[in-house]
Amino acid sequence: MSTVTTPSGKDRGASGGILDTLRRLLRMRETGLVLIILALFIAMAFASPYFLTWNNMRAMAMAFAVEGVVVVGMTILLISGGIDLSVGSVTALAMVIAGLLFLNGIDPWVASGMAIAVCTAIGAAMGFFVTRVGLHHFIVSLAVMVIARGLCLLGTGGRPIGLYTLPPEFKFIGQGSIGVIPVVIVIFVVVVVVFDFLLRRTTMFRKVFYTGSNEKAAAYSGIRTKKVVFLTTTLCSTLCGVAGIIYMARFGSAQPTFGIGMELNVIAAAVIGGASLSGGSGTIFGAILGTILLSVVSSSLALLDVSVYWQDIIRGSILLTAVTIDHYLNKRRG
Amino acid sequence: MTAASHDDLILEIANLSKSFGPVRALRGVGFQLRRGEIHALAGENGAGKSTLMNIIDGILRPDSGEIRLDGQPVTITSPAMAQTLGIGFVHQEIALCPDITVAENIFMAATNSSRALLMDFRGLERRAAEILRRLGDIDPAAPVRSLSISQQQLVEIAKALTLDCRVLILDEPTAALTEREAQILFEIMRTLAGQGISIIYISHRMVEIFDNCDRVTVLRDGQYIATMNVSETTTGEVVSAMVGRVIDSLYPPKLAEDERSGEIILDVRGLTDRQRYREVSFQLRKGEILGLAGLIGAGRTEIVKGICRLEGTVTGDVSLHGRVLHLAHYADSIAEGIVYLSEDRKGDGLFLDMSIAVNVSALSVEQVATRAGIIDDRRETEQAERLGGRLNLRYGHVGQPVSALSGGNQQKVAIAKMLSVSPKVIFLDEPTRGVDVGAKAEIHRILRDLARGGVGIVVISSELPELIGVCDRVLVVREGRIAGEVTDDEMTEDTIMYLASLGEQPPVAS
Repeated sequence: MSTVTTPSGKDRGASGGILDTLRRLLRMRETGLVLIILALFIAMAFASPYFLTWNNMRAMAMAFAVEGVVVVGMTILLISGGIDLSVGSVTALAMVIAGLLFLNGIDPWVASGMAIAVCTAIGAAMGFFVTRVGLHHFIVSLAVMVIARGLCLLGTGGRPIGLYTLPPEFKFIGQGSIGVIPVVIVIFVVVVVVFDFLLRRTTMFRKVFYTGSNEKAAAYSGIRTKKVVFLTTTLCSTLCGVAGIIYMARFGSAQPTFGIGMELNVIAAAVIGGASLSGGSGTIFGAILGTILLSVVSSSLALLDVSVYWQDIIRGSILLTAVTIDHYLNKRRG
Repeated sequence: MTAASHDDLILEIANLSKSFGPVRALRGVGFQLRRGEIHALAGENGAGKSTLMNIIDGILRPDSGEIRLDGQPVTITSPAMAQTLGIGFVHQEIALCPDITVAENIFMAATNSSRALLMDFRGLERRAAEILRRLGDIDPAAPVRSLSISQQQLVEIAKALTLDCRVLILDEPTAALTEREAQILFEIMRTLAGQGISIIYISHRMVEIFDNCDRVTVLRDGQYIATMNVSETTTGEVVSAMVGRVIDSLYPPKLAEDERSGEIILDVRGLTDRQRYREVSFQLRKGEILGLAGLIGAGRTEIVKGICRLEGTVTGDVSLHGRVLHLAHYADSIAEGIVYLSEDRKGDGLFLDMSIAVNVSALSVEQVATRAGIIDDRRETEQAERLGGRLNLRYGHVGQPVSALSGGNQQKVAIAKMLSVSPKVIFLDEPTRGVDVGAKAEIHRILRDLARGGVGIVVISSELPELIGVCDRVLVVREGRIAGEVTDDEMTEDTIMYLASLGEQPPVAS
């Protein structure tokens, strides 16, 4: 706004320094979220003696870790300008397919690979309908959401399948720990760190930002925008597949009704974390903070014995507040 | 003019002025429209035609001046009011609801201005059908989406006619019509004029004006120049009145005789896309700035986008430095060093909400990344600073969003984006549109420097003074073909306008 106009802008690096970095940090969405989460932690530490215990921390982390994998896929898709309502049912479908294959005598690892492949194919099909046929992401994924759920129910007769014979080394992904850290959290951290780096730093993912920011300008920069959208759509479903397998290992069962309403939680987390529904902006780190915030809120409300019905109302209000604040900040900047 | 009695005039405009901030769009313009005449309004882009018409239609309010309808002073505050007064305006852009029927679209406006409480469906339908019959074979029950662009244009006209208008404004109605459809339209215009309706006809095309209009009024730079009886004037006189302006801004010096080389950078042969252009061939020589002139819709932009493979299914050969290129996608074109600067900077040229540095690197992010594809922020920043410095870009820091810059500086970012790939040929489509005079001169200087440095420069511009001032050679495109080439002394606005609208050189001055 009141930045000094210089022809080269070179003197900036010289005078910048710590103050500048601090100012930039404060302006970032992520900083605000970290502060809110910290404030919640402090408040809850006083409100409930159980909150700051290792067991509670671990339970909270487990709760958002697997969903966090899906949030990563959704965030990338949102940045490219798309959206996916089918994440919950595709995650459940991965569980159901892997579970059924395993019960039919197929090695659990192979079964998992096949389930993830099917999810990838579903994503590719959605990408096809969006980029080649020219339909909107919303409609295509809405249809797939219903179809995938139907397949889950069809395959299981609507009942959860117990997978009591899963080998321990497979259950380890969902239930084991490395030292004191649950494997689920290790996987989550790896996925987040890898994709956060890819998204921030690689040419491949920069094209996702260009495409989402202004698809026409991206095309006029020689970027194959349809390919980009196809790939982000596919990737989101693949990550749903991965999440489904982790859930299966964790629960030791395949649940056809798992993940109903997950899409709302996941989209809310990404948007609270700074992803724009019109594409072009968002970060993995921010989206994960959004996930953590929602998760801490739910867990806090549960500890405080607040009715589950209130939880949805509060979650929705947080989403609305975050988006409203963002809207005003953007307007002032523009 | 003074001979015209006031009974004869339906619309009279006197001393009308309108400014948009510092830009004076209209300065004391006068205009008189007689009952039952077809009156052409001519002028270059930016002459003030649209502003004048928008004032008559109540879209804009004048700063000063008077509008008289039937001798009575009126203040027109909205298009709806213009409709009640009997003024119908058919805009150049089609504004119909595509999913409802032709008849319903026509009723929409009529219903709006009707004072009756209940709609007289039968009456309106009968009249709509009647008018549509006259306009050609259009089914009133068909959804507008199913019609061709030219049929939609006719529906727009029908819509205006159902309003019982006495003054009908047609803004370049033939731009999207075929020759036959245009002839049908002219017949309708004459019939309407015979019924006492006055028509204001806006067009660039001299033939249309001379074949169909009674009088022509010329505007230039927001000022009234002249009103002439078509039967008593010549095309040459009208064109001169339109363009008779002294070039007032300074252009960089052109290529001197001894600097011209025969070396061909780009050779385009038989470029065809079957719809908008056919058999386009031209050569771009080293050191020169080549201009592409033509009326809006002549196909200039499409030809250039075809060369770059940005749109269209194209046949024909493009060779760069003697080597035939095999391009399938614009990415291939960029890789070969042929780039296109879009005419629509905000729509498809830039990522407005992203930073300067990120915009500049967009054509090839790989250039500021390691071989593994990891972007090096420092290199990206340096690239933007280096190119920004070269183009004399005014900015705070390269992390600023482009939306924070002025139009001229945004355009420089767009040019920096082109330069980031060290291009061999740059096509610039309206490179100084919406750019202030100072930045405009700078951009012209940059283009000249690039050309001298051996980069092939092709400029598309609708501003004739710009083409004449900047280019060493101008190709005139008319209806998807190259109608002619002008160089040196032939490069006058008259010659170019003649070629662009008639497809032939002007007759030797008598």
